[in-house]
Amino acid sequence: MNSSEKRTKKYVPVLVMFEESGRMTPLEIYWEDGRRFLIDRVLDMRPAVSRKAGGQGIRYLCRIKNQEVLLFYEEPKWFVEEKR
Amino acid sequence: MERVILHCDMNSFYASVEALYHPELAGKPLAVGGNPEKRHGIILAKNQPAKIAGVKTGETLAQAINKCPGLVVLKPDYGKYLRFSRLARKIYNRYSDQVESFGLDEAWIDVTNSDKQFGKGFEIAKAISNAVYEELGVTLSIGVSWNKIFAKFGSDYKKPNAITEINKKNYQQIIWRQEAGDLLYVGRSTQCKLNKHGIFTIGDLALANRDFLKFTLGKMGLVLWDFANGLDQSPVKPFDETYNGNERVIKSIGNSVTTARDLENRRDVNLIVCLLAESVAMRLRETGCFSQTVAIHVRDTSLKSISRQQKLQKPTDLTREIYQAAMAIFDANYVFGPAIRSIGVRVEKLLPNTIPVQLDLFNHEKDRLKQGQLDQAVDDLRRRFGNHSVRRAITIDDPLGALDAKKDHVIHPIGYF
Repeated sequence: MNSSEKRTKKYVPVLVMFEESGRMTPLEIYWEDGRRFLIDRVLDMRPAVSRKAGGQGIRYLCRIKNQEVLLFYEEPKWFVEEKR
Repeated sequence: MERVILHCDMNSFYASVEALYHPELAGKPLAVGGNPEKRHGIILAKNQPAKIAGVKTGETLAQAINKCPGLVVLKPDYGKYLRFSRLARKIYNRYSDQVESFGLDEAWIDVTNSDKQFGKGFEIAKAISNAVYEELGVTLSIGVSWNKIFAKFGSDYKKPNAITEINKKNYQQIIWRQEAGDLLYVGRSTQCKLNKHGIFTIGDLALANRDFLKFTLGKMGLVLWDFANGLDQSPVKPFDETYNGNERVIKSIGNSVTTARDLENRRDVNLIVCLLAESVAMRLRETGCFSQTVAIHVRDTSLKSISRQQKLQKPTDLTREIYQAAMAIFDANYVFGPAIRSIGVRVEKLLPNTIPVQLDLFNHEKDRLKQGQLDQAVDDLRRRFGNHSVRRAITIDDPLGALDAKKDHVIHPIGYF
C-alpha cells in the first residue's frame, strides 16, 4: 500500500464472532452497495493508529480474496480506510 | 540498589491526538484552544508547525492567529484525551506495575525491577516510545534517571520524540547548568528569592548551604536542596486501575470558573461563589468528608490573582457554611479594583464525616441538623433530575446563574506531594 494514498475513514457494518474470552473475530464486512466480503483469515491484530484515515483502535489485518485489508475496531464502531 | 525511573511526557498531547484524527491537516499549523465565546479562548496545545510560527501555550486565540494566520484551531475533546491517557498508561503497565500519572499526559514509571525481563532503562524507554507511537500515534519525550525529579528534567530537556538519560556522570553538566526556575516547584516567587541571594542555577542551589535555604525558604528550602542534588527519595506511587481516574487520597475539593462576563460587583461575586460552593459542598458530601478549611481564589481582568484561606470553626459539609465562609474571606480580603475574571472555591484539610464533632452549647445545632437534611434532599433531587432541577432564587434572573459548576468540572491537576 502506498502511504501517500489518500484514504477516508469509512464506518462499516461487520459480522463479528465473540469468543468465550471476549476476544472478537470479524467474519464478514458489509459494503454499502450490498456486496459482502468474507474475511478468509485474520493475519494480525494489535492496537494501532490509522494515520491515513485518522483513528485509533484495534487493528485487524484481514485477508479478503487474496487482498490484505486493514479493519479497525474503534470502540464502539468498525471502520476501514476507503480509497478516495 | 539504584532505582531506574522513567518520566514519559506525551508531546503536545491534545494537539497530537487531534492531528491523528484530522489527517487532512497534516503539516499545517494546528492548535487546540478553548471556546472564545465563553472566554476560555486560550491556546491549550499546539503542534510543531504552530510552535515554529511562534504560537505559545496560554496565549489568547487572537494573539496566536495574529502570529500564524493559517492556524487551525480545534475545540478540545476531553473524552478523547482521557481515553488516550488511559491507553498510554496501559502500555506503561506492560513494563512495570509502578506507574504514577502526573496529569493526563505525563507519568513516572519505576522500572528498577524490570531489567531482567526488558533490559536497561534506556532500552525500555525506547520500547515504550515505539509502542506509544505505533499504537497511539503520539510521540514521547522520556527522561531516564535514578530519581523522579531528574527523570522529569530529562523529559523536558529534549523535545519532541527524544530520550534523555541523566546519570550520576552527567547530571552536573546537564542539570546544574540550568536556571533554578526549571526545577520542579521553583516558581516565580521562589526563583526571585533565590536570585536575590545570588542563586541562579540549579548547581548554585545544590551547593548552597542547607541552613541558609531553610532560613530563607522554610522547609521547602531543604526539599529543593534535595531535589537539586538528586537525593529525592519519593517513590513512584503505583496506580490502582480499579480506582477511577488519577486521584489517590483526596486532599482538597475545589471548583473554579472563568465566567462568561466579568464580575463587576459584590452581587455578581455572591452569585458565582454560591454556585461554586454548592458544587464543592455536594462533591464533599459525595466523598463522605468534612472540611476544616475553606479557600478562595480570585483573578481580576489584569490577570492578577490572590488566594486566601481560612479555618472553619468546626468541620462541616454544609453548603451554607462553606458558602458563608467563602464570602467572608472574599469580603475581608478583596477590594474591588478591576473587574473579576475568574473565581474559585476550594475546601481542604478533609476528615471522614464519621468523626465525632464537638457540639456547641450556644450554637444552633438543631438548625445545622436541618441544614444537613435540606442539603441531602437537594442532593437527592439533583442526582435524580439533574443539577438544574433545584436552583437558588438568586441564580434565576441572571445568565451567569446558568452555570453548572458540578457538571462542567472535568479535570483537576494534582500536586507532586
